[in-house]
Amino acid sequence: MTEELDHTGQDSDADSEEVVLTPAELIEKLEQAWMNEKFAPELLESKSEIVECVMEQLDHMEENLRRAKKGDLKVSIHRMEMERIRYVLSSYLRCRLMKIEKFFPHILEKEKTSGEGELSSLSPEELVFAKQYMANTETYLKNVALKHMPPNLQVVDLLRSAVPKPDLDSYVFLRVKERQENILVEPETDEQRDYVIDLEEGSQHLIRYKTIAPLVASGAVQLI
Amino acid sequence: MFCEKAMELVRELHRAPEGQLPAFNEDGLRQVLEEMKALYEQNQSDVNEVKSGGRSDLIPTIKFRHCSLLRNRRCAVAYLYDRLLRIRALRWEYGSVLPNALRFHMSAEEVEWFNHYKKSLATYMRSLGGDEGLDITQDMKPPKSLYIEHFLPRWKCEQLVRQGVLEHVLS
Repeated sequence: MTEELDHTGQDSDADSEEVVLTPAELIEKLEQAWMNEKFAPELLESKSEIVECVMEQLDHMEENLRRAKKGDLKVSIHRMEMERIRYVLSSYLRCRLMKIEKFFPHILEKEKTSGEGELSSLSPEELVFAKQYMANTETYLKNVALKHMPPNLQVVDLLRSAVPKPDLDSYVFLRVKERQENILVEPETDEQRDYVIDLEEGSQHLIRYKTIAPLVASGAVQLI
Repeated sequence: MFCEKAMELVRELHRAPEGQLPAFNEDGLRQVLEEMKALYEQNQSDVNEVKSGGRSDLIPTIKFRHCSLLRNRRCAVAYLYDRLLRIRALRWEYGSVLPNALRFHMSAEEVEWFNHYKKSLATYMRSLGGDEGLDITQDMKPPKSLYIEHFLPRWKCEQLVRQGVLEHVLS
C-alpha cells in the first residue's frame, strides 16, 4: 500500500510540475480541504485533482482487497480505512453542494464575472449542477407564482431578494501553518481602529473569516 | 388589512419545525395572487386619475398599495422557496423515493421540481469518477466501528494487539 501516486499539476501548459504524493499525503490533503470547507462560511476553491486522485486511490484499494486472501486480517483493516476515506470524501463533496445550493445566485454571478486566470470555485460538474439548480428553481417560481402576478412585478432578482449572501464576517478557528506578518485586522465598530498582527507558525486563533480568507486559499492557515 | 393572507402563509411555515412539510396551501397562495391583482388594478385606475384628473392626493394611496404588492410578492416567494428547501432536505433524508404521506403534501409543480433536483444530483454523483461515480448521499455518519469484532484465534491477534492495531473486545 505504499506505492506512490503520480499526480500532475493543475495547469495544462507544457511546463506543468509533476507532484508525486504518497497515499498518506493525499489523504492528508483531502482532510485539510475537508476541514477548511466545513468551517469556511463561503464556497472555497474547487480541489478536483484531489477528488480525482482519492477516487483512484479508493479504486486501487478495492482492487487490492479483491486479490487478497480471504480472512486475512489486513482485509478488515484496509476496508475500515476505505470506509473512513469514503466518509471524508463524501462529507467534503456534500458540504460543497450544500453551499452551492445555499448561495447559488451569488456563486453563479461570480463565475460569470471571474477572469481567465482566476481559479474557479466550481468544478465543471458542480457548475452544471449549479446552473440546473438555478434554472429549476427559477422556472418553478415563475410558473407557480410570478407569471400570475402583475406585469411589473414578474421579475424577481433572485440575487438581491430571496437568497442571502455568505457571512464573511463570521468567526473561524484556525491554526497557522506558515508564519504571516502584518495582517491587517479591520475594525468591527466605529469606535475601534484597525490594527496589524503577526501570525506565528503553530499558533491558533479565533478570527473573522474575511481577514484571513486569502490565507486559507494559499494554504498558509488551516481552519479547525 | 392587506397582506394578511400572505403573512399567514409565512406564519404557517414558521410554525412547522425543520424537516416537516405541511400540505401545500394552494388556496392561500391563490388568495394572495388575487389580492395582488386587485391592488394592481386599483392602482392602475388611480394612476390614470392622477395623470388625467390631476388627483395628486391619490399618490399616497398608490404608494401604499405598491408597498403591499411588494410585500405580498416577498411573502409568496419566501413561502414557496422555503418549501423547496424543505423538499430538497427530504431527498437527503429519505432517498429518492419519498414516503407517500410527504408526497401528498406537495403540489404537482413541487413534485416536478423534486424530480428535476433528483436527476441533477444523480448526474453529478455519476460524474465523480470511477465506473459508477460516488453516492454521496450514503456515508452520512463517520464509520462507527473503530474496532471490528472478529472471532480470531488469540495467537493471530496477539502481535497486532501489542502494536495497538487491534483491541481485545470483551463482549
